[in-house]
Amino acid sequence: MDFLNAIILLLNYIFVPALAYGSQLAIGAIFVTLIYGILRFANFATGDMMSFGTMIAILFTWYFQSLGLSLGFLPTALLAIPFAILFMGLYMLIIDKFVFKYYRLNKSPPVQLAMVSIGVMFVTQAVVRIIIGPSDRRFFDGEKFLIRANEFKEMTGLNEGLAIKSTQVITIVVTIILVSTLFWFLNKTKTGKSMRAYSDNEDLALLSGIDPKKIVMITWMIAAILATIGGVLYGLDKSFKPFTYFNNMLPIFAAAIVGGIGNPFGAFLGGYVIAFSEILLTYAYKKFFMYVLPESMEPDGLIQLLSTDYKFAVSFSILVIVLLYRPSGIFKGKIL
Amino acid sequence: MRKNLNVIAAYSIMMGLITLVGIFQSWNIALSIFNLCLISAVMTMGANIQWGYAGLINFGIMGFTALGGLAAVLISVNPVQEAWSAGGTNILLSLFLIIGIVLAVRLVLKKYQKSKIRNYIIAAIIISGIIIIRLVSAPGIEAIEEVNPARTGFLGGLGLPIIFSWIAGAFFAGGLAFVIGKVALGLRADYLAIATLLISEIVIAIIKHEDWLTRGVKNVIGLKRPAPYEVNLQETEWFINLVEKFNSGKLALISDLSERQAVLNQFVIEGSSVFVKLCYSGLFLIVVIILLILTQKALYSPWGRMMRAIRDNEEAANAMGKNVVKQHLLIFVLGSAIVGIAGAMLVTQDGLFTPGSYRPLRYTFLIWVMVIVGGSGNNFGAILGGFVVWFLWIEAAPIGLYLVNLTTAGLEDTHFLKVHLIESVPYFRFLMMGIGLLLIMRYRPKGILPEKIEIK
Repeated sequence: MDFLNAIILLLNYIFVPALAYGSQLAIGAIFVTLIYGILRFANFATGDMMSFGTMIAILFTWYFQSLGLSLGFLPTALLAIPFAILFMGLYMLIIDKFVFKYYRLNKSPPVQLAMVSIGVMFVTQAVVRIIIGPSDRRFFDGEKFLIRANEFKEMTGLNEGLAIKSTQVITIVVTIILVSTLFWFLNKTKTGKSMRAYSDNEDLALLSGIDPKKIVMITWMIAAILATIGGVLYGLDKSFKPFTYFNNMLPIFAAAIVGGIGNPFGAFLGGYVIAFSEILLTYAYKKFFMYVLPESMEPDGLIQLLSTDYKFAVSFSILVIVLLYRPSGIFKGKIL
Repeated sequence: MRKNLNVIAAYSIMMGLITLVGIFQSWNIALSIFNLCLISAVMTMGANIQWGYAGLINFGIMGFTALGGLAAVLISVNPVQEAWSAGGTNILLSLFLIIGIVLAVRLVLKKYQKSKIRNYIIAAIIISGIIIIRLVSAPGIEAIEEVNPARTGFLGGLGLPIIFSWIAGAFFAGGLAFVIGKVALGLRADYLAIATLLISEIVIAIIKHEDWLTRGVKNVIGLKRPAPYEVNLQETEWFINLVEKFNSGKLALISDLSERQAVLNQFVIEGSSVFVKLCYSGLFLIVVIILLILTQKALYSPWGRMMRAIRDNEEAANAMGKNVVKQHLLIFVLGSAIVGIAGAMLVTQDGLFTPGSYRPLRYTFLIWVMVIVGGSGNNFGAILGGFVVWFLWIEAAPIGLYLVNLTTAGLEDTHFLKVHLIESVPYFRFLMMGIGLLLIMRYRPKGILPEKIEIK
């Protein structure tokens, strides 16, 4: 019985949250990696683009709520996502037309594009804050828990409860659908294949008659989908605050690089690597050992490798180690 | 003289703007803008050395600034004797252990060929070392943090005058830059940017949460000052006389004696804070001028030419026998050290150290906007960038408010759009920075004062 409790404990405090957080990071990391692979620059506006998409989704959510629309036990925000994606795509295309296109046509070095993306970051941040303000916002409605800790305890008779939030399940399900569609698109359809070819070798792709304008446009549309959905899922699970979204850019970058930048599958797994290592290394294992070990060997301390304050530091340290030993990432991306 | 006309014009305009703020708002605000402009100028010089001279992207400016600030604390705060006796030995022991680990890793690296086993040995040394250090330091840290946690709860510093911390800050930041450079300088430009950005976050995380060293988010307040205190000044004879002399014209108009005394007091209070800020301005100006002379000399020296050669074509420079790796490391350390000085200056001016206030937007990206807008590769440009951008950053709110009032003049005061816009005036600075950066990148990619290298 004790082992069962220990496993439930780990599931409740490590596995389920890490899986949800990892999915959110993974979507962001694929966004970064796509932009890097096809448009060839590190997009420092990642976090703020996600917050922009989320902001539009929130505005639509409020509008739907005022109309009395709802999805029952599901959050209304899911209904708002398609509309938010439309606006987000428009925003991305406008930015591309007025900002990035010029540098792409001039074949500017990636560093210059990265600098430009900082400009975009400032502008997007300003727009988001001017429209919706900098404060913390929760826009979740519907059923909060799928399984409550108490119910689980009653059901199974165990000491440890397993609470599963509906947002966690939504996050994981949406991620699976989104990512598998994306990989199907990239690997099976003609457009997807031409995108990969363009990312692999631009000149060769152009020679074989691939239209760069179309590729770029589709990339921005996919980026809009990823940014909006990733942002909304994070906001539903935690809360929406522009500053947090800006900070989330850092673990997302870490995930993309750890997985091998330019490689979408690597980025996908990188998100989980970062999330799991963050939570595994900062979790206090005291209770776990209390279940597993006999009473005489019970630990005194918290058995915590690192204090939770270092959550971010963990992912960045992993990144540094990966950069040192395998600069192209775990799943070989572009060679540095 | 003629070819420097644009430099002189740009600086005169800038000074004129600050003077206008002094006349229309207050001299206090003008001087505090000016002081922060000078500090920003030091930071941009550091970033400019790395980016403009050598083409290295350093997005870790925030980390180096914070280390400079930490230096100010560790140098100037009086040592906390109780804390040292409570946990000092443990901390010192951990310090020796860290040195031991580094030496052991170096030994392994030297002795054995590159192989998987070597990697495992190094990993084993580091992991076991960290565990031992944690075991050794934990009781010490606990003891230190328990010593009067409301006021101290940390080891304190050396109790030296705070000016020394400017040099110490340079060493701290330079040391960190050496380590980072060893690890990350081999990376391609945009990876280096991301890596330094993330490493600086790690530095901030450590400074924020190692309370025994920095007091963490509890902040260190009431640091020593290189300038006199306002309260003391207001009671000093010569200062009151000075203020009286300055304002003798205005004072002479007032005939009533008690009223005159009250007005004089008002002038003394205002004057004291202006005087203190002027002291800071003088100190900062000295630093800026010294650094400017040194960097200008370096720029036009053979070494500067070599750095530009490396920046413009690494392979060719390498083929000419220049040690690219070594020079990159050197310039990374030098630039970061300058940023460290700025960090120490900033904390000195504020008189308090708040680890929670170090945010990448303010301390990394804004500095980069300054460098790009001002003109990378040109020291005068970088300094000007620091001035212009900081000035706009502060004055963006009044300008934004004016613009909002202008555009919504037709609306009623209670109209929701107008109220909303006026509430969000503080965020116009982001908009201004972003649009400014984008415009400069597009239409004047070399900045306001572009780099100019005379080829003879």
